[in-house]
Amino acid sequence: MDQQQYQQIEDQITPPTPYVKNVLKAFLIGGLVCTIGHAFTYFYIIFFNFTETTVGNPTAATMVFIAALLTGLGIYRKIAQVAGAGTAVPVTGFSNAVVSAAIEGKTEGFVLGVGSNMFKMAGSVILFGVASAFFVALIKLILVTMGVVEW
Amino acid sequence: MIFLDFFFAFLIGGIICVIGQLLMDVGKFTPGHTLSILVVSGSIISGLGWYQPLIDLAGAGATIPITSFGNALTQGAIAEAEKHGWVGVLTGMFEVTSSGISAAIVFGFLAALIFKPKGKAN
Repeated sequence: MDQQQYQQIEDQITPPTPYVKNVLKAFLIGGLVCTIGHAFTYFYIIFFNFTETTVGNPTAATMVFIAALLTGLGIYRKIAQVAGAGTAVPVTGFSNAVVSAAIEGKTEGFVLGVGSNMFKMAGSVILFGVASAFFVALIKLILVTMGVVEW
Repeated sequence: MIFLDFFFAFLIGGIICVIGQLLMDVGKFTPGHTLSILVVSGSIISGLGWYQPLIDLAGAGATIPITSFGNALTQGAIAEAEKHGWVGVLTGMFEVTSSGISAAIVFGFLAALIFKPKGKAN
């Protein structure tokens, strides 16, 4: 069997991606996760004197905590199977990647397992976040120095 | 008014997740690639100065998706660069965004202490 035939057969067997259904699920569940987060922003503004500019941090931390708990209990994986990007794109997905890798690493001990595996999946997000932020800030600095834009 | 506030959080948060889903389904990117693309997009949008208006509009709808990680890193770096020049680009990076990462590390460690591995990804 050559590669073309293999490709044909693979295309026949693989079920078609339910694009519309996936998009709807991602929208509804992702929107819901953000709405829950938004409720926490009100909570922190009213009870802990955060302002609208600083409230992002405690909110993200709270969502990370909830996702960590659900991951440990094995519930997050079940939600993620349905939600797709709806639970992967919010910060809860980042938390899930870190926490599940940490728990799995436990079998190899806390230093070699938990410590070194923790960012196995989430590491790329940190790398490209930091690298892109570095270049964007550098470009802005250069543009400001040249007098093209202002801070 | 408060209803509209929550509506925009839902709408913008949902739309960002839909972009992620389309990258995975239509673009055939792996989740790792998708999230990396979103983070880099967040940084670039932030550099153009368009991310803060999105946060003003949608609140957690813009701060909860992973794009806000790129935004927070960039804003930290830019704010310090304004004060200290090119040195600030490095030193300011994690100034704004510490909570997501530190929370994930702390809770990841605690979860590893408490929960037993199940042999497959949680």
